[in-house]
Amino acid sequence: MTDAQSDSAPYAIELKGISKAFGPVQANKDISIKVRKGTIHGIVGENGAGKSTLMSILYGFYKADEGEIFINGTLTPIPDSQAAIRAGIGMVHQHFKLVENFTVVENVILGAEDGALLKPSVAKARKLLTELAAEYELHVDPDAIIEDLSVGHQQRVEILKQLYREADILILDEPTGVLTPAEADQLFRILGRLKDEGKTIIMITHKLREIMDVTDTVSVMRRGEMTATVKTADSSPEELAELMVGRKVLLRVDKSPTKPGQTVLQVRDLVVHDEQKVERLKGVSFEIRAGEVLGIAGVSGNGQTELLEVLGGMIAATSGEIVLNGDSIDLTGAKSDGQSRRKRGIAHVPEDRQREGLIMNFAAWENVAFGYHHDPKYQKNRLFMDNAAMKRDTAEKMEHYDVRPPDPMLQAKNFSGGNQQKIVVAREIERNPDLLLVGQPTRGVDIGAIEFIHKQIIALRDEGKAILLVSVELDEIFSLSDRIAVMFDGRIMGERLPDETNEGELGLLMAGVTKGAA
Amino acid sequence: MDKMPRWADVALIPFINLVLALAVSALVVLYIGESPVEALQVMIRGSVGSAYGWGFTLYYATNFIFTGLGVAVAFHARMFNIGGEGQAALGGLGVAMVSLYIPWPHWSLALLGATIGAAIFGAAWAAIPAYLQAKRGSHIVITTIMFNFIASALLVYLLVNVFRVPGNMAPETARFAEGARLPNAYDVAPWLGFSRSTPLNVSFFVAVAACIGVWLMIWRTRLGYEIRAYGFSEPGAVYAGINPVRIIMISMLVSGGLSGLMAINSVMGEAERLVIDPVQGAGFVGIAVALMGRSHPVGVFLAALLFGMLYQGGAELEFEMPAVSREMLLVIQALVILFTGALDNMVRTPVARVFLSLRRERA
Repeated sequence: MTDAQSDSAPYAIELKGISKAFGPVQANKDISIKVRKGTIHGIVGENGAGKSTLMSILYGFYKADEGEIFINGTLTPIPDSQAAIRAGIGMVHQHFKLVENFTVVENVILGAEDGALLKPSVAKARKLLTELAAEYELHVDPDAIIEDLSVGHQQRVEILKQLYREADILILDEPTGVLTPAEADQLFRILGRLKDEGKTIIMITHKLREIMDVTDTVSVMRRGEMTATVKTADSSPEELAELMVGRKVLLRVDKSPTKPGQTVLQVRDLVVHDEQKVERLKGVSFEIRAGEVLGIAGVSGNGQTELLEVLGGMIAATSGEIVLNGDSIDLTGAKSDGQSRRKRGIAHVPEDRQREGLIMNFAAWENVAFGYHHDPKYQKNRLFMDNAAMKRDTAEKMEHYDVRPPDPMLQAKNFSGGNQQKIVVAREIERNPDLLLVGQPTRGVDIGAIEFIHKQIIALRDEGKAILLVSVELDEIFSLSDRIAVMFDGRIMGERLPDETNEGELGLLMAGVTKGAA
Repeated sequence: MDKMPRWADVALIPFINLVLALAVSALVVLYIGESPVEALQVMIRGSVGSAYGWGFTLYYATNFIFTGLGVAVAFHARMFNIGGEGQAALGGLGVAMVSLYIPWPHWSLALLGATIGAAIFGAAWAAIPAYLQAKRGSHIVITTIMFNFIASALLVYLLVNVFRVPGNMAPETARFAEGARLPNAYDVAPWLGFSRSTPLNVSFFVAVAACIGVWLMIWRTRLGYEIRAYGFSEPGAVYAGINPVRIIMISMLVSGGLSGLMAINSVMGEAERLVIDPVQGAGFVGIAVALMGRSHPVGVFLAALLFGMLYQGGAELEFEMPAVSREMLLVIQALVILFTGALDNMVRTPVARVFLSLRRERA
């Protein structure tokens, strides 16, 4: 669609002066946007900038304190989600709202059945699904069970659900968070088709590259305010990043070439079974040398989590060998737990900081000792812990790592994602480990903090430490790694040097395609 | 930001819960044609209006402090130990054996011995469900409640077949010897006006010490740190190298031990023998006490005091208002448990909302 056309189209959505506060926190301040029909509009902003709140207001989860919503030019109050659906708004959440053991067609009609009997609805839905599939390239087997589908296909079901409810306006919240690059490309093609058919799409994301690729216009939010709305074609990632953070941001980490030393970690034929006796790691071997970052790329769920957990002492291995600084370390039993690993100089920034890395109900000072709570410096005597020492230590680390607010007494759950992660990173890196395990270091972390955390990781590498980085963000893998290994289905598909490969090649490896087989 | 200030969390909400419970109770009293105001007056006067009343109120409260602390410690490890009843009964067995078979020269030594015996027996009774939970994943709620029944049957068997004094029809042990009888409030402080037969005894001080001990353990020791960490997040605990099996076992042993300690008050301090039901529901009241006290020793102490008042005040009410039957009292007590424990969120959510909007107006 050309600009001339879209300029003449009516506004599908117009928000005027939307404000919303949660207690003392002003989540949205006097926000106005206009989105023309048949366009893709991106909303970017750091975590906590108010993007999700704004979309929740549009979808009727929250009621705005002030402001008006116009849909296709008419004032439309949206007190609840039912009203939003009636107004033709559909939302695809970041975490899918699907019933895992229902079929596609059952999920699509769920909540929108025509009557007490299912059969007519199912027949109607099946017919409509076929039509929609043809129209928008949204091919999914209507009788497949959701849990058997790939994440990309599950997302299609979510979109189909909205189309079945005759949504003309689609809101997508971080839609590519769980997709492979290829799946994301497919999604963007689908979005393109939807746009061509006159649907209006609002996409929330923090990935600037996607904004550049697919949107027509983009709004930037910062601290609850709309700082700019621009035509995507007239902007650049650097400009958008600056608008988001409020200052210039380095999108790539500056780092010197690696000077690898002796081998720190050797993993040989590592096999791991989960609690259901399913083989998760199927003979993984690699090594990391001092002063080197090994990046593990892959779609989540292909064994990366188990790899980190075995190395970090969270689960036992079935067979294989892990050698750290020349010594073989225990794979099972009492000497394979997190405490033993820490004693050997392995630090671990876990993938899920809210479930694992932090105790959300603990104060920051309690979290700074977490995992190292046996350290003599945190004990007052044989009986009691030294809370004052922990608080002092926390205040110090908070200052070094610029954690905001720098209040050791605040509970972890009251910090933003970026600041939570800074607490974890500070705790692990300040132990000066020989080997640092890092899982998804910047998931749900704002751009300013990403830059900071990346710098800390590279600084540790430059001190001659070994680093194992697991990330689903290819950008992150490329910018931090000295070598890249790709995991698929519990195996390492291959190793590449970041300068000698590209996203396309890694994408194929991530999908399990090797050159020989292709 | 927290949803509401701390004082509202620990004081205002329990207070509103209590008022609601009393309001519904008032309707019940109205229904049977008595005056709720008068009933409340009788209950308050009966429980805290005299030294006599205080003697019973604090005696009951002592029981509830022990069982409440037991439940609270388990709560911190996210274990719902509803086996306080059985653990306290076994604690009674421990107290009885220590008191009967060892010739104690002085009550203070006997108290120490009985404390150890009660704690070990109570802990042992919690150990089996704890092991089944930690190793086999058998749900602690199911196993602990089944162990209540086993404890009750075991006690009946032992009292009838082993401990019963020949010639005595009642299934109870012999009275403990002089050296194993605890001084009551009259012996300790006769000038306070307690009667010679008041049930309140020195175990109350053990209960207060237990409150302090639990507070220190939970918030000042590494064990308490690990218990709380495990209670908030099991994956987090595993990440930090905290062994879940160890935490489940230790927290349940401490929990069972605390519940077992209740017996030094009822068995050693009051009955001075082991009778067929030494716990009398205190194990279950402990759950309500721990819920209402937000699993904090200070809260448990205050909630135990409240339930002590309810028990003693209720007994007085039954005595002074014949229309109020025993069952009616159970209804009133149940309402308090219902509102303070089970229906906590019914009040919490709206109150949190009020605080949010208040704060917004100020901002």
